[in-house]
Amino acid sequence: MGFQAYQGEGWLLTKAEQLINWGRSRSPWPFPYGTACCGIELMAALASSYDMARFGAERVGFSPRQCDVLIEAGTITKKMVPVLKTIYAQMAEPKWVIAVGACACTGGVFRTYSTQQGIGSIIPVDVFVPGCPPRPEGILYALLKLLDKIQEDHPLYKKRQEVAEALEAGK
Amino acid sequence: MEDWIIDLIKVVFIWVWCLLIAVVMTWVERRASAMMQDRLGPNRAGPFGLLQPLADGIKLFTKEEIIPEKAKSILYVLGPALFALPAFSAYAVVPFGDKIVLGGKEIILQVADVNIGFLYVLAIGSMGVYGMVVGGWASNNKYSILGGLRATAQLISYEVPLGLALLAVVLLYGTFSLREMVFQQSGTFLGFLPNWGFFKQPLGFILFLVAAYAEASRVPFDLPEAESELVNGYHTEYGGMKLGLYLFGEYVNLGTLSAIIVTIYFGGWQLPYVDMSAFLGPVAYGIASFLVFFLKQAFFLFLFVWVRWTVPRFRYDQLMGLGWKSLIPLCLVNFFITALLVQLTV
Repeated sequence: MGFQAYQGEGWLLTKAEQLINWGRSRSPWPFPYGTACCGIELMAALASSYDMARFGAERVGFSPRQCDVLIEAGTITKKMVPVLKTIYAQMAEPKWVIAVGACACTGGVFRTYSTQQGIGSIIPVDVFVPGCPPRPEGILYALLKLLDKIQEDHPLYKKRQEVAEALEAGK
Repeated sequence: MEDWIIDLIKVVFIWVWCLLIAVVMTWVERRASAMMQDRLGPNRAGPFGLLQPLADGIKLFTKEEIIPEKAKSILYVLGPALFALPAFSAYAVVPFGDKIVLGGKEIILQVADVNIGFLYVLAIGSMGVYGMVVGGWASNNKYSILGGLRATAQLISYEVPLGLALLAVVLLYGTFSLREMVFQQSGTFLGFLPNWGFFKQPLGFILFLVAAYAEASRVPFDLPEAESELVNGYHTEYGGMKLGLYLFGEYVNLGTLSAIIVTIYFGGWQLPYVDMSAFLGPVAYGIASFLVFFLKQAFFLFLFVWVRWTVPRFRYDQLMGLGWKSLIPLCLVNFFITALLVQLTV
């Protein structure tokens, strides 16, 4: 006898995780951080005929507290680095980052003293989108990749420690 | 059944109904905005994206809870509750249908038929702005407090025309009870028009509608959260479900305002020219009156969305100018004409 709906260890937790992942992967509210020409492509990805809102990535907020996906589109100069770090720290967990464009990925053509050579060394990045600038399809593909990643996430497991370590390693 | 059980059922029903309207409105707003911008809108969560509000809710509930270090934490938490509660409370006196006979007992489709229901709506309706002011102030953020201050300034410039526009209605009906007002709107006016407040008070209706948009702080009067100037206004520092409550409270507020517009200006649950109680059974009549009320309310809910994606935002000083220099004089003119006509006809 006993509770028959219970099917083995961790059943309830995994079901709860699936539910949370279902919700999170269907409402990734974007935080647009467009610093250069990739920002224009990001706008196109949000507007009609590409329409990122189909995946729930709507309600573009300009307050980091309210958003889930930081879409970093454009060149990051050395002066912009502390700003980007602050913005990332202000976002509430869980948070994800998409680096759009060659500049955000590697510094691109700006191999100079003033440009950060890729944001991967300052904040943890989930998806890199190469291209100068990438087409809106590229950004949408990156978002879909991110949603797949969210689906495989374990939200009931503490991610904060991981992120703190990653930030520490980046310094 | 005892009376208090019936009252409890009505309270719970209205509470759930308000929540349901707010949830569906979230979806309607996103899909309708997409429609108007030649997009598709959210369509991945459930059929036609109908489960999108649920997905948003799950996400917001499982977000990290951030209370800024320098914020006044008690007021910060209290803000969203102060915003959402008055919107629900105002619904208590709205007659959402005529009556239904169940088990030989006549049940009025209204939570409380207060004889000063009208004043109650006005008093509770303007309480919602405290949520914005308290939230904006407690966040300890310059954009938040600017949003809160704007909400206050907006309150005093639209609350006067709102009250004055409704005062003319009281003069016309001679009662403060919302239920009584609906009864007085049966029949026809001038022989061919429905006897609705709208046809007797066209100017008053337009003035009230403008003031209602300002009360709900919706476009074109969404100054407390003007994105292009104030990041996100009074709820800049809010995240997670506290933000969700602000967004949710806004839709509940819209539902309440639409219900009041329908009750006062569009004959409540009554169909024009047709007396539904004449050919419908007592139970069917109760349900039909509720549905008619809801359809009228739904139209005004959609009007809120429609206007949002049509009209640009007013500038701050333009709203003040509109409130003090145009709406109040027009309200006074409307009030004077109404008083004159009432005096001449009675």
